[in-house]
Amino acid sequence: MQKNGPVALIFHVLVLTFVLAPLVIICLVAFTPENTLSLPTTGLSLRWFEAVFAHPDFMASFWNSIWLATFSATLAVAFAVPAGLAISRYTFPGRDFLNALFLSPLIIPHLVLGVAFLRLFALIGATGSFAWLVATHTIIVTPYVLRLVLAALSGLDRSAEQAARTLGAGEWTTFRRITAPMILPGITGGWLLAFINSFDELTMSIFVTSPATVTLPVRMYMYATESIDPMMAAVSALMIAITAAAMLVLDRAFGLDRILVGQR
Amino acid sequence: MTPRPSTLSAPWLLAGPGALFFIGLVLLPLALTVILSFHAYDHSTGIQNTFTLSHYVAVVTDEYYLEIFWRTLRIAALTTLICAAIGVPEAYILSRMRDPWRSIFLLVIIGPLLVSVVVRTFGWSMLLGSQGLVNQALQLLGLPSARILYTETAIVIALVHVMLPFMVIPVWTALQKLDPMVEAAAWTLGASHFTALRRVVMPQVTLGMLSGSLIVFGLSASAFAVPALLGGRRLKMAATLVYDEYLQELNWPLGAAIAIIVLVANLCIMLAYNRMVEARARRTLG
Repeated sequence: MQKNGPVALIFHVLVLTFVLAPLVIICLVAFTPENTLSLPTTGLSLRWFEAVFAHPDFMASFWNSIWLATFSATLAVAFAVPAGLAISRYTFPGRDFLNALFLSPLIIPHLVLGVAFLRLFALIGATGSFAWLVATHTIIVTPYVLRLVLAALSGLDRSAEQAARTLGAGEWTTFRRITAPMILPGITGGWLLAFINSFDELTMSIFVTSPATVTLPVRMYMYATESIDPMMAAVSALMIAITAAAMLVLDRAFGLDRILVGQR
Repeated sequence: MTPRPSTLSAPWLLAGPGALFFIGLVLLPLALTVILSFHAYDHSTGIQNTFTLSHYVAVVTDEYYLEIFWRTLRIAALTTLICAAIGVPEAYILSRMRDPWRSIFLLVIIGPLLVSVVVRTFGWSMLLGSQGLVNQALQLLGLPSARILYTETAIVIALVHVMLPFMVIPVWTALQKLDPMVEAAAWTLGASHFTALRRVVMPQVTLGMLSGSLIVFGLSASAFAVPALLGGRRLKMAATLVYDEYLQELNWPLGAAIAIIVLVANLCIMLAYNRMVEARARRTLG
């Protein structure tokens, strides 16, 4: 293994500083006792975190986002696992079309999906419905689950399944007792990735949420365009903490680099 | 599973529900939006039932829209260039590290991908504001304070931050396929470090860099949160323009036309990329 030279290491430190600076400043400012966005100079205070928890709109949006992410990630798994089995196990006419269809939300800008959903909802009168919001989030997070399910299925040793079939197990039993446990890490990783992506989504949601279904990122966006005080930093710090916790779980369980990088 | 005649319809039974869901919620809304973009619009009575090309004509002839499209392309291109200039060397440096550090720093670089864009953009608005850390640092150095927030510079800085992981990931993946001994072999055979980098490492990295560039360009050109929060009211990009047409001007057909243009441009880039990758793969294989 070759070592990195001093120039490379300085470059590396600069990149790290660039990547971490906005996140670190948020976490510092969140603890300010002042009324303005400033670094805590006189002492640390939790007053802005208390302000967040006492803010009914932020709390309503937070729980709304949690439920939205839970439902859409679960629905995405329900669609992606059978679809992944069909795509990886069978060759049939329309297979390429299905694959492209399920992965298309990765290529279509969220902005375009947002206006398309808005048009559909206006025509069928679904504006403001939480169930339809779940449906839109399911669309955007299903590809993440499908990719991980496909990767898990393609790396699978088929001999255990064949043995089960030879010993007389039916297709469903084979799937439940052999295939499902073996691809479970892929499914769980996909669910978490889907959850995070739904929880963070702004651009599409901003078109399809109504005052009753505003998600946390949309609420934060609206708040940031109107007034800027340290409460925004406190909410952001909480979001960073939640994401970091989810990242740690993902990393411990499956290796985050494998989930984000190694799809091939 | 053993292929049996009765399983002929099995894949469609498995994927069917999802396929219907996706057709109903991806293809149908997109088709409706395309139709919407041809509807006439009247400022006092709203969407008309007559069809017209006028929105597309307006978008490609009006100076106001052309300026926004031109700015969108310029910002996306600049972001892509800077991401490549930072992301490619960084991925190379990461790939040369030893293992606890390598995994840790890879996580630090790509982890922010999972933090909401609103949060990261808000962080930059604090750093770049008139009283922000960047300006305080400039003043410490005795330099005049700069107005960065609400300029294109601010948008590019934050976009680079948001998009960097999308450049590092494909380059990193490409580098993982490169045997480090090949580079060492080039040195042994008398190549300088620079020559080895240029003749051995770069060809591997190029494809990853191209793939990363396309993702970064596509995502930057349709980015919403960063220009909306850091661009102020005047500096609009394609996505903020669509947002304004829809939710402020209420001119949905015009907004739909701009959204369709953004979508088609994105798909063209992806198609061109697939062609290029296939051509390259054929050359390597054949």
